Amino acid sequence: MKKLMSVLLVSALAVGVLTGCGGTKKDAEKSDVIKIGVFLPLTGDNAAGGELELRGIKLANKLHPEVLGKKVELVIADNKSDKAEAASVAARLIERDKVKVILGSYGSSLSMAAGNIVKTSKVPAIGTSCTNPQVTANNDYYFRACFIDPFQGTVMANYAFKNGARKVAIIQEVSNDYAVGLAKFFKDAFIKLAGPDSVIEVANYQTGDKDFSAILTNIKAMNPDAIFAPGNFTESALLIKQARQLGITAPFLGGDTWETQEFISVGGADVEGVAFSTAFDREKATTAEAKKFLDEYVKEYKGEPSALSALAYDAYLIAIDGIKRANSTDSVKIRDAIATTKDMEGVTGKTTLDKNGDPIKGAVIKTVKDGKFKYIDFVDVK
Amino acid sequence: MEFFQGLLNMSGASFAQHMVNGISLGSLYALIAIGYTMVYGILLMINFAHGDIVMMACYFAYFGITIFHVPWYFTFIGVIVATALLGAVIERMAYRPLRDAPKNSVLISAIGASFLLENLANYLFSGRPMSFPDIPLLSQNIAVGSIKIQAISLVIPVITVISLLVLLHIVNHTKTGMAMRAVSKDYEIARVMGINIDNIISMTFIIGSALAAIGAIMWGIRYPGITPYLGVMPGLKCFIAAVIGGIGNIKGAVLGGFILGLGEILIVAFFPELSGYRDAFAFIVLIIILFYRPTGILGERTTEKV
Amino acid sequence: MKNKRDLILSAILLIVLFCVSWFVNGELDSYIRRIVNLCLIYAIIGLSMNVTNGFTGQFSLGQAGFMAIGAYTVGIFTVPVELRANVFYAVPMNPLIAGIQMPVWLALIVGGLLAALVAFLIGTPVLRLRGDYLAIATLGFSEIIRICITNASSFTNGALGIKDIPPLNDVRYIFVVTAITFAFIAALINSSYGRAFKAIREDEIAAEAMGINLYKHKCLAFMISAFFAGIGGGLYGALLGTVDPKNFLFTLTYNFLLIIVLGGMGSITGSMLGAVIVTAGLEYLRIFDEPLEIFGTMIPLFRPGLRMVMFSALLMACVLFWRHGIMGTREITWSKLIAFCKNPLGFFKRKGASQ
Repeated sequence: MKKLMSVLLVSALAVGVLTGCGGTKKDAEKSDVIKIGVFLPLTGDNAAGGELELRGIKLANKLHPEVLGKKVELVIADNKSDKAEAASVAARLIERDKVKVILGSYGSSLSMAAGNIVKTSKVPAIGTSCTNPQVTANNDYYFRACFIDPFQGTVMANYAFKNGARKVAIIQEVSNDYAVGLAKFFKDAFIKLAGPDSVIEVANYQTGDKDFSAILTNIKAMNPDAIFAPGNFTESALLIKQARQLGITAPFLGGDTWETQEFISVGGADVEGVAFSTAFDREKATTAEAKKFLDEYVKEYKGEPSALSALAYDAYLIAIDGIKRANSTDSVKIRDAIATTKDMEGVTGKTTLDKNGDPIKGAVIKTVKDGKFKYIDFVDVK
Repeated sequence: MEFFQGLLNMSGASFAQHMVNGISLGSLYALIAIGYTMVYGILLMINFAHGDIVMMACYFAYFGITIFHVPWYFTFIGVIVATALLGAVIERMAYRPLRDAPKNSVLISAIGASFLLENLANYLFSGRPMSFPDIPLLSQNIAVGSIKIQAISLVIPVITVISLLVLLHIVNHTKTGMAMRAVSKDYEIARVMGINIDNIISMTFIIGSALAAIGAIMWGIRYPGITPYLGVMPGLKCFIAAVIGGIGNIKGAVLGGFILGLGEILIVAFFPELSGYRDAFAFIVLIIILFYRPTGILGERTTEKV
Repeated sequence: MKNKRDLILSAILLIVLFCVSWFVNGELDSYIRRIVNLCLIYAIIGLSMNVTNGFTGQFSLGQAGFMAIGAYTVGIFTVPVELRANVFYAVPMNPLIAGIQMPVWLALIVGGLLAALVAFLIGTPVLRLRGDYLAIATLGFSEIIRICITNASSFTNGALGIKDIPPLNDVRYIFVVTAITFAFIAALINSSYGRAFKAIREDEIAAEAMGINLYKHKCLAFMISAFFAGIGGGLYGALLGTVDPKNFLFTLTYNFLLIIVLGGMGSITGSMLGAVIVTAGLEYLRIFDEPLEIFGTMIPLFRPGLRMVMFSALLMACVLFWRHGIMGTREITWSKLIAFCKNPLGFFKRKGASQ
């Protein structure tokens, strides 16, 4: 009997799998709807960032629900912060859900995993906050709404130099490609400014590490003027806390991943006074779109929006703008239109995309004061 | 040679700070390793889920203090009770049904339990890191000369030693302890002699999980970021610590924990270029110990009989 | 007579399946093809894990590490030379290997051999351990491999990973590799080596008393397992088009554990079935991650993360209630299929005491 049950169960599963697979022809595209795929990490390591971006996109969809007379429908897919999933999910969005444009992702390695797929399927994708230059390099179908790491690294190096630092230490999350890339660009830029011996130490830690006392004790002995520590906000917050506990007083500098509420809640009083680069701040938000965004965000989510939500909102706008100018629902035509985006008014300023698909845009420098993020400076593109 | 630069240039103050850091980390590993070794000693199985029980305890503490606003001294007691219960439940559901099954099945069940706990935490609490509640009394900084210590770092070794003594007392001087030792020596005979195996094993898990909870609280205060996967690496490392000291031997677990904690810190202290390889250190020590002295430093040599 | 018949039937089946894969490659969309390819790749790796865990009784958790070796070999050597400087933008690629480019099939074989070599080096200290210790030791090595990959930036590009690997989504190609793996392992298990493995699984001491060299056979099983895991990993890397160390955490090994437990540890056909069910299942369980509406009311439990909870619950249920999996240690053989066709219902009547 048990054997019969096993065979029946297997056959049922096999039949289920095969019928599921067997090409259910998608129901004819409803002609009054345009689908935009949203491809974000909603679980896993990058869930915090993914959620913030989802907010931005949903808000944008609420305020701009139509284009070319059709309703814009968001198809939301979770790439689980995993590359294999990312590739699978992107393929599914394109093949099954038949989206015309994809927005996402938070996390450059996830965007890169989808890179090949959007290229071969000829569906344009707009990255929200992925800053690794590799995402758009060599890929005509990938664009982005945010600045790239070479720029971000240079901005922070200049900021450090401007504020008197001549010897810096770098502590990088060596298993995080964002951190490693950003650290390299910072290092190159800073050496150009302050000479070849100005970066006195590069220390490594892994994602998930909790104890940084050993590398911090070493660095304390070297007495740097500033410490550049690109990495995920959890590890960075713990790192800074432990540094302060050990008596290190040097200022900490970082990148855009620090701008989340968890950074402040985990870091507490110890992260006061750090500086990091990011894409958006209320004080620099001068466009009309920005005002709409700010008002709606505060109404809907109560609290200040982060750059991630702003960038995601802009990515949506770039997509809509592209569709409008292409005046068609053909993805190739939409792609061509997006490539020529010029002076599009978004939340983070006027967006123009260069030949690589990257926006020409400045960076905001922020700090943490009294438990909140606060604007310090703006660095424009030369 | 540049490779040894760190070693040669280190000042006395730095070295002292490194030692303090190492002992602090070591005592934390030791505390969690004791729970591991208890379960292995009685049941001869690796409780893969031990690290994840630590993780759940951290979340319980977070909910108690930050969400429900219960004062910390009450919450911690509640956390220990809740975690002990969790341990007993896991034993009942994942291990007891397989008591007569081949060893591999129990191992797979342990892996499955660990995996389930991680995914459950991810689902229930979302993957976003949360902050373990801050207890100002314990997280304040104390300076001794130029060496900085957190108050909690002084508390942890004390708690570890107290736990060690209490546990040794239970195992060696109480009836329950005697029953536990009997079960670990020969399970069948113990049953024949009238010992209620189910209860003893449940009791073992309860004590082991309570220890895990204490370890979790200490861990959370020292390293406040909580994520669903926080138990994975410490779980593995504490198991390795228990093996180094002699699996099944409680004093060995404490010794192993200190060796591992100090070793990790000093490797990075002396060879900063190797800081990325820090986790590999624990595994390399494991391989060496298993190769040269598989029963661990304080373990007894046993021969396998046909 | 029976052997010849079996061989002919198997050959026919392979040709038929190959034609099916040709059809799938041409007609179905890339999403389906990707799923099918993933099924096949997981089948290869599941089989490789079964060689050690199921057939030889050595509980190894190192598959993720060997996969990583295979995937990185394919990654490093198949990216076109002109694109490499772009990919290795932080730390330039080590000049020793920067100029070498291989076609995918060669990279796969090299990857497999490299993995087997590492298995040999690891096997020497580790295989004398039993049960739990072996599991932890192999897990540890899997992590060490990953950590080394993360840090050896000039060879592997560290955390940045390797991208621009020429993508491989061709079902026929992967089917052929899977078929070769299946045939090889089937032949291995039915040979004297296979019988030695099973003897070791049943009772090591008795096997040794019968003259089987424990170390040599365990090492052989371990190396073969690593070889195929390396090949599977290489295909995996080519399928994804990019690799990075975070893909190969030891939690990846849990997928394969479920596959062999579900399919039956000790059954080749079981692993194939397990692979199909788990891979397809993971895709279909995706519905659990999205909000579900029935008659207009939202069911509150469905949100991201539920899929993995169900997956791990499945693993637990499997090991608790269904320890032998679908096939246990039995195989689907031609004799049984023919008997089934001749007399469908009688097939299930128990003959005598046990099945």
